[in-house]
Amino acid sequence: MARIELDRVRHSYGSGYALKEISHAFEDGGAYALLGPSGCGKTTLLNIISGLVAPSEGRVLFDGADVTPLATRDRNIAQVFQFPVIYDTMTVAENLAFPLKNRGAPKAEIDRRVEEILRLIGLEHRARSKARGLTADDKQKISLGRGLVREDVNAILFDEPLTVIDPHLKWKLRSQLKALHREFRRTMVYVTHDQTEALTFADKVVVMFEGEIVQIGTPAELFETPRHTFVGYFIGSPGMNVIPARIDGATATVGGQAIKLDRAPTLTGGKTELGIRPEHLTLGLTGLPVSITRIEDIGRARIVHADLGGNPIAIRAPEDAEIPAEPKVAFTPGKLGVYVDSWRAL
Amino acid sequence: MDKPWNNKAWWLVAPMLALVAFSAVIPLMTVVNYSVQDTFGNNQFFWAGLEWYEQVLSSERFREALLRNLLFSAIILAIEVPLGVFIALNMPKKGPGVSVCLVLMALPLLIPWNVVGTIWQVFGRNDIGLLGWSLKSLGVDYNYVSDPLDAWGTVIAMDVWHWTSLVVLLCYAGLVSIPDAYYQAAKIDGASRWAVFRHIQLPKMKRVLMIAVLLRFMDSFMIYTEPFVVTGGGPGNSTTFLSIDLVKMATGQFDLGPAAAMSLVYFLIILLLSWVFYTVMTNHDAQR
Repeated sequence: MARIELDRVRHSYGSGYALKEISHAFEDGGAYALLGPSGCGKTTLLNIISGLVAPSEGRVLFDGADVTPLATRDRNIAQVFQFPVIYDTMTVAENLAFPLKNRGAPKAEIDRRVEEILRLIGLEHRARSKARGLTADDKQKISLGRGLVREDVNAILFDEPLTVIDPHLKWKLRSQLKALHREFRRTMVYVTHDQTEALTFADKVVVMFEGEIVQIGTPAELFETPRHTFVGYFIGSPGMNVIPARIDGATATVGGQAIKLDRAPTLTGGKTELGIRPEHLTLGLTGLPVSITRIEDIGRARIVHADLGGNPIAIRAPEDAEIPAEPKVAFTPGKLGVYVDSWRAL
Repeated sequence: MDKPWNNKAWWLVAPMLALVAFSAVIPLMTVVNYSVQDTFGNNQFFWAGLEWYEQVLSSERFREALLRNLLFSAIILAIEVPLGVFIALNMPKKGPGVSVCLVLMALPLLIPWNVVGTIWQVFGRNDIGLLGWSLKSLGVDYNYVSDPLDAWGTVIAMDVWHWTSLVVLLCYAGLVSIPDAYYQAAKIDGASRWAVFRHIQLPKMKRVLMIAVLLRFMDSFMIYTEPFVVTGGGPGNSTTFLSIDLVKMATGQFDLGPAAAMSLVYFLIILLLSWVFYTVMTNHDAQR
């Protein structure tokens, strides 16, 4: 187990930075998710931690010791990849034993660990069969198992490990991972572009966007107070409404309509926007007039798409809510955010 | 049950059938025909039955040539397959070096066989050839024209130079198809270089390697042009392979019957050995 620290890490694959300067510490025993869209640099960051990629600049420290020049093998890290990697020539049990064997673990310990992991991933009955005949699901379980088999690793890194897994199994494996983390408190970093996966797995979610960390927080923090419009937009379904507005003291103006703010934000110039989640908008007879463009039924609720002074917005309405003939939208007090150049100012 | 029978489709296959018939089946049948008859010229043929086959199989000359062929193929496979795998493993996987390496590797394969023979024939001469002259200058007693061992060495070196590339290119194709994640996982799992080769690269190369072994076996077993150009089967009969002997018999001595019988036996041996190779390798594959 170790505290993993990134010290001004930057990485370039040739032109431009895939990772702009990142300094962040993953605390010992924490469960982290790296969340972001494809190409935001999250896999690069993971590979820098495990040593598969050497950062162009900056240092990686494990418990304060600089490991940047160390090879992957010497960092004692476990990593599970997006697509199953299995050793065709070996049986399921041999696959699981491989990382231990390579490090010269005693036979008794290998047997004990392999047994435990087999039980954990539910493949006891296939232990002696060749791994290559298995389904993609089972192969990925073996990959996961190989990631979990060593007990003394500094951290376990997951790179979208459940992509190829069947949806119903996904839930099960994810909660197993979560349970494992609770039990053994190993440092785990889980890369995903799926917000549900990130929010259910992690205590702390690190949201990345275009090679930068835009916010680190608990799932609740990310939902309630997104620091960047991207976080608001990326987390939540549908994402936060981002509405261009003119700010004047403690008043925002959208499409000629004034909205009262809690207090006057400090403006530094640049583009100003309001951010409010669809959950914090109420459709009724009070507030700003809107025109409804489309209504989506998502089962337990309805998503009302409307036009507010020329800006498209989404409103989450209860399933049985009535849509008035002249609809107006009200903002839940205290939930309105003000963004200057995409960063939260209020 | 009323499956419509449309025989028109045969017309689509017909050109191909005709082509195969004229290029393979009919010539083969002619050979079969010759192999069971005797002729004294004037287009007069007499039924000979299996006499030629008996003669071929019991002839010392045939057996010696066959042994030479087997030895030659064994040496060729023992050198070219490991060497080819080794070169493929060490070729760059990306960057500008890739095309340079590929072109260099493909070059020997593009040279006509008799030209390869001529190149080595000159290369090995100890009066004007670079190899022969250099060896002589270094005090090595090398003369492929008079020494059987030198002749074998030259023919083998020539084949290795000519054909290892084929093994390299096939293995390389197998290697580049391995996703990066495998190598990354191996690093994470702390696998040694040998373990990576044994458990990742070799299994992924197995199919192409099998094709490489088969092709190299068949081709080396049928080798004719290059040794014919370099040594002409000599010194003595030391590099007279089955194919060289066959041509001598058919066109030199004009013994059509024995030559036909010998070529059929030759063909069946290649077929049988290829089949054995294939079966052994695929069975091995299935057990894993």
